[in-house]
Amino acid sequence: MHPAVPFALDVRALRKRYADVVAVDGLDLLVAAGECFGLLGPNGAGKTTTLEICEGLLAPDAGEVIVLGRHWASDERELRQRLGVQLQETQFSEKLTVVETVRLFRSFYTGGRQVDDVIALVQLAEKSQARVGTLSGGQKQRLSVACALVGNPDLIFLDEPTTGLDPQARRQLWELVERLRAEGTTIMLTTHYMDEAERLCDRIAIVDRGKVIALGTPRELIRSLGAEQVVACGVHESESVPDHALEALPGVLRVRQDGGFSTLQVGAAHETIPALLDLLSRRGLTLTELRTHSPTLEDVFVSLTGRHLREQ
Amino acid sequence: MSILRGDSQLAQLTLARFREFLREPEAVFWTFVFPLLLATGLGIAFRSRPPEVVRIGVANSAPNASQVQRALLADPGLSPELLGDSAADLALRIGSIALLVVPHGADSVDYRFDDARAESRAARLAVDGALQRAAGRRDPVAVGESLVSEPGSRYIDFLLPGLLAMNLMGGGIWGIGFGIVDARRKKLLKRLAATPMSRAMYLLSFLVMRLTMTVIEVSIVVAFGVLAFGVPLRGSLLVFGGISLLTTLMFGSIGLLIASRARTQEGASGLMNFVMLPMWVGSGVFFAANKFPGAVQPVIQALPLTAAVDAMRINMLQGGGLGAVAGELAIIGAWLVLCFGLALTLFRWK
Repeated sequence: MHPAVPFALDVRALRKRYADVVAVDGLDLLVAAGECFGLLGPNGAGKTTTLEICEGLLAPDAGEVIVLGRHWASDERELRQRLGVQLQETQFSEKLTVVETVRLFRSFYTGGRQVDDVIALVQLAEKSQARVGTLSGGQKQRLSVACALVGNPDLIFLDEPTTGLDPQARRQLWELVERLRAEGTTIMLTTHYMDEAERLCDRIAIVDRGKVIALGTPRELIRSLGAEQVVACGVHESESVPDHALEALPGVLRVRQDGGFSTLQVGAAHETIPALLDLLSRRGLTLTELRTHSPTLEDVFVSLTGRHLREQ
Repeated sequence: MSILRGDSQLAQLTLARFREFLREPEAVFWTFVFPLLLATGLGIAFRSRPPEVVRIGVANSAPNASQVQRALLADPGLSPELLGDSAADLALRIGSIALLVVPHGADSVDYRFDDARAESRAARLAVDGALQRAAGRRDPVAVGESLVSEPGSRYIDFLLPGLLAMNLMGGGIWGIGFGIVDARRKKLLKRLAATPMSRAMYLLSFLVMRLTMTVIEVSIVVAFGVLAFGVPLRGSLLVFGGISLLTTLMFGSIGLLIASRARTQEGASGLMNFVMLPMWVGSGVFFAANKFPGAVQPVIQALPLTAAVDAMRINMLQGGGLGAVAGELAIIGAWLVLCFGLALTLFRWK
């Protein structure tokens, strides 16, 4: 990468409102060349709007977007050649074959990868002569990524690449993104799956209501909770334990209750769990469920917003 | 990058258009079969046959009814039949006979017919002539007949250029409009707009496809018309080709304009019918457009299909050259520039 262009993407104070909704509300981002950067947030957080502004498909109301050191207003032709874009919900022509579709997209770029190489890269070689209409959801999504890659872009945007895919197809797509990362492609992706962001991204911006509310590597974000473990327990729905009783237990950092279900972020589960069981039996409550796990990005999101990522 | 290279955008986009079309069996069927069905229908309607015989009723209540019938049989163009009173009334009412002869004794008849029907008025003349000659009339002027059937003046000659132009309108508006609206609905337009693809090349690929289809469709219809009916092609073929191509481009840009904002097939379809209906009715495809009152003539004459139909008729039937169709070409050209310009301004890629 050119030394004068330290960032693949530089977004400052971005704003965009639709008729009655503020979709993006003063958002800043810096994406370094060669990194895989994730925008993680619930549906409606403004991820897609942000991405489409970066892709030059939408004009922002305010703020600055510098892509690969260039501006959309003055360098659109150059930027289109250097970016790869995959959108949510694009349906390619069902009558064309895989190879015909990729060759069509290749014809738009002045330089780029060999059509067959790209098809092999997304593991569609044996489907190369198949009509797009006969592909599975995961195969169609990988074809879409192939069309985004065929111009050999310096930066590729993937908008919710695994939404709606079955677990196996998701894993295949993850492997594809990991191969691209290993090749050094700069990737910016959006997702509302925390496991996906955690696995694929070098750095993550957690986005909620059009703003970045946390930024860092997955490890940093999780470590910011200060919790070593998360203990989740359930009692009968008619029963409950007051927050302060749970907060008073040894090692508890934060408590969140939802109906008869309590989630405790703890420093040391082995200290908290005996005391928790003791508390419940003293109060004569029946334990219906008890789980512990290492904290995830989901827990980070919940502790920042009080909501779950998939809640809507 | 050369436009003609196989891996150029225009070549790839145009290939995609053709593949999408050829892999849709129904579309192929209708594109090639419709002109043939049309031509076959015309063939049945305009097949050669002997001159029509006029059916005449003779009231059988009169005693000399069969004498009158015999007198009428002397004219090969008349087919007289004896009818009872009520049957005669009915036949007259539903028009299955052109005229009813009611004899009164040996030297007096009544003709009953509808004065407003040209066929009935002609039947009156023929029947009267036959009866008067049978009664002994001698015609003082000797008459010879030579029959003429001149290509160019028949209804088929009038109809064929109209059908051709109408076909180009349907192809341009449906063929281009639906393709683009479908790509927008599938978010494919937006995806393409995110690539360095030249947007002009994309739209051009639809027009190239349309022009090719025009050559095929027009050739089928014209060849059939010329071979089966002897429809004349009196004007220059070059001018004829020019009119067809300009007309195709013009209707193609109307298709583009209609598709420039529509998000659904249903919305586009309504708009297309709204645009085409006045032209189906008013542009003189099936009957001469000058039958409409003078007040609406300026509108009728300015319709793109009227100009296309007129230009084709002037070229094919009257053998008019480029100068003779200049006015029509100017109208077609104006619509082309207006619609294409508007379409480019209004076009939404999302």
